Amino acid sequence: MKYAFETIAVGLAAFLALLGAAFAQDSLFAAHMGIVCVVLLIATVILLRNVTFNPEPVDTSGYLDGVIRYGVIATVFWGVIGFAAGVFVAAQLAFPDLNIEPYLNFGRTRPLHTSAVIFAFGGNALLATSFYVVQRTTRARLFGGNLAWFVFWGYQLFIVMAATGYLLGITQGREYAEPEWYVDLWLTIVWVAYLVVFMGTLLTRKESHIYVANWFYLSFIITIAMLHVVNNLAIPVSFLGVKSYSAFAGVQDALTQWWYGHNAVGFFLTAGFLGMMYYFIPKQAGRPVYSYRLSIIHFWALIFLYIWAGPHHLHYTALPDWAQTLGMVFSIMLWMPSWGGMINGLMTLSGAWDKIRTDPIIRMMVIAVAFYGMSTFEGPMMSIKSVNSLSHYTDWTIGHVHSGALGWVGMISFGAMYYLAPKLWGRNRLYSLRMVNWHFWLATLGIVLYAAVMWVAGIQQGLMWREYNDQGFLVYSFAESVAAMKPYYILRAIGGLMYLTGGIIMAFNIYMTIIGREREEAPIPGAEPALVAAE
Amino acid sequence: MSDKHVDEVSGVETTGHVWDGIRELNNPLPRWWLWTFYATIVWAIGYVVLYPAIPLVSGNTKGMLGYSSRGDVAQELSAAKAAQGVLVEQIAQTPISEIEANPELLQFAIAGGSAAFKVNCVQCHGSGAQGFEGYPNLNDDDWLWGGSIDEIYTTITHGIRNGQDDDARFSEMPAFGDMLEPGQIREVAAYVASLSGTPSDEALVEPGKVVFEENCVACHGDNAQGDKEFGAPNLADAIWLYNGTEAGIASQARNPKHGVMPAWGSRLGDATVKQLAVFVHSLGGGQ
Repeated sequence: MKYAFETIAVGLAAFLALLGAAFAQDSLFAAHMGIVCVVLLIATVILLRNVTFNPEPVDTSGYLDGVIRYGVIATVFWGVIGFAAGVFVAAQLAFPDLNIEPYLNFGRTRPLHTSAVIFAFGGNALLATSFYVVQRTTRARLFGGNLAWFVFWGYQLFIVMAATGYLLGITQGREYAEPEWYVDLWLTIVWVAYLVVFMGTLLTRKESHIYVANWFYLSFIITIAMLHVVNNLAIPVSFLGVKSYSAFAGVQDALTQWWYGHNAVGFFLTAGFLGMMYYFIPKQAGRPVYSYRLSIIHFWALIFLYIWAGPHHLHYTALPDWAQTLGMVFSIMLWMPSWGGMINGLMTLSGAWDKIRTDPIIRMMVIAVAFYGMSTFEGPMMSIKSVNSLSHYTDWTIGHVHSGALGWVGMISFGAMYYLAPKLWGRNRLYSLRMVNWHFWLATLGIVLYAAVMWVAGIQQGLMWREYNDQGFLVYSFAESVAAMKPYYILRAIGGLMYLTGGIIMAFNIYMTIIGREREEAPIPGAEPALVAAE
Repeated sequence: MSDKHVDEVSGVETTGHVWDGIRELNNPLPRWWLWTFYATIVWAIGYVVLYPAIPLVSGNTKGMLGYSSRGDVAQELSAAKAAQGVLVEQIAQTPISEIEANPELLQFAIAGGSAAFKVNCVQCHGSGAQGFEGYPNLNDDDWLWGGSIDEIYTTITHGIRNGQDDDARFSEMPAFGDMLEPGQIREVAAYVASLSGTPSDEALVEPGKVVFEENCVACHGDNAQGDKEFGAPNLADAIWLYNGTEAGIASQARNPKHGVMPAWGSRLGDATVKQLAVFVHSLGGGQ
């Protein structure tokens, strides 16, 4: 009975959500459970229509790729949503009238944007690529039957709950960990299932060694599980209400949060995407990985050092000096381990450098690695206390995050999506390589504009805040430094808009590829001779 | 699959593993990479020796430099205080009315008052002290509670209608909506509007004048010029704290709004309040 069990389980969950809404202790919980109930009811109906009592036996000899196809679509979809939300919040900063009370004010749209790009776009990219890569590099089907499907749909439900929660005003006020306790619990269940699928596939592998990409993916999955559980330890006020109180208080709470926040960057946005890089760059370039030894050393150095660097987010606060010192020195030591990934990524192209000119997908991956290198140099630099005293709380930090997020995470994911789409849907090629080229330039120029503007803005802010006149009085009020930011904020929104436009072009390109169209277009100049396999 | 294999393009041996067609070259670690990594580790160890770093069972290592961020802040603050100390002390000792006579104190007080204003006052009065509806403009010569240096000093020290300071300035215009007919309110609003502009209906002005004389002159004065004793605004100068349209005037007569200002003397200290008073007095409207 195909889907009978699934239908019953989802229907039951919808009923529980309905009970949750009916007996809720506060109106927000009732509204949120109502939304969950509707989503699950729709899922139940869709499942019900697909129930068959005489199913054909499923062929489980090959790879499980259906879930990866959905993952690619979800990545592109959430990417466009997340970038659009980013452009909107950027515009809100430049034009405060766009704060539409209460659902669309900055306090609610900002976590909507950050979670949409990090967890919805980035998370789906990691899910899809990790499922693809682990199967190809172990020559084993995903472990656990349909468990991978549960991971995928469970994760989408988490995204919907988080996003609707933000707009309703439900938050525990922890950066990048805003969802409340019940959403956290749900993500924990999904994440453990993800670990089981990934680990199970590795354990049933048909290759004797585990490829480096899988080390990175595995470290990402395990560490995120640990970070998520510890940072979200909380006591709910009621099991039928939204509010909870953190298990930590004061500076311990702050440090726990930034231990989490920094390693969300380190393991979600760095280690996970390095896993992506280690598979897709060698595949797209058709070249071997530059150095096996470097990959081992930088992997272990990276995961050992990263986990200690969080306190650099709390320089010059109530955090004791000794913890600030350790956060800073570990960040400095992290510089070379981070760059190990950049070297391995870039040097893998040796022997195939001409492809940067002819293959816009490889160009995307290379610019991703270049931005990775730049932001992993900038990060340790900003962790130095004297630099931090200028940069902290300014838009420089925002620029830093975005050169990493748009440049590294975004570009490597786009490259992977362009690689995957024709393969997963059995097409000869992408709908249009020229559109990839357009996407590349729009995104790159958008990032450069964004990052450059935020550097100038951030440094100006920092200098204005610390400017004393010769009589020893502050020269600027805070409000004056806000007013000075307006032109930069407008330029930043334009940079974001360029990046969003590139994302929309990608969505169209991938869609046309999926439906099997091939655009008739002149080849990229110089591409033809280079199409001869390099191996 | 673990056969030795040499990459043709680079001539480098691979590790022999193949995953989905991906091989790995057996290149050594780049020397510059390794030595830079070592250098950061050495630097980190040096820094840990010099600064507070290692947590112990109770307390932590203090570092050879004896650095502490709190000590650093305390030092900077006391240095900043010392640099300004003489002048701040002089301002504290000098009566408010005599500060402006001393050019050195005047210049210092304007600079200090300007800085304090940016931090504490701009939220209501605006970064140019231009005010907003309900918050007076401090650049003009229209003063609710008086524009001499002494009066400004008193207003800042004790505030207005704040319920925190017994010496706060206090007055309350009655809600005439309870005492007058709606028609009378319209009339008096037309009269008040006529003092500085054009009323909507000239016919209402004369009866409005009568209403005004019977009800309003006690505080606002015979010619509606106001009375700083009660913080009663001048109604004839076309400067409005609240909405200055006829409807706005009527609404204020019917059910008046009353602004509140905190008492800053207890928050900022006398020397800073004096600087603020000098700064506000210097803006152009001081009397």
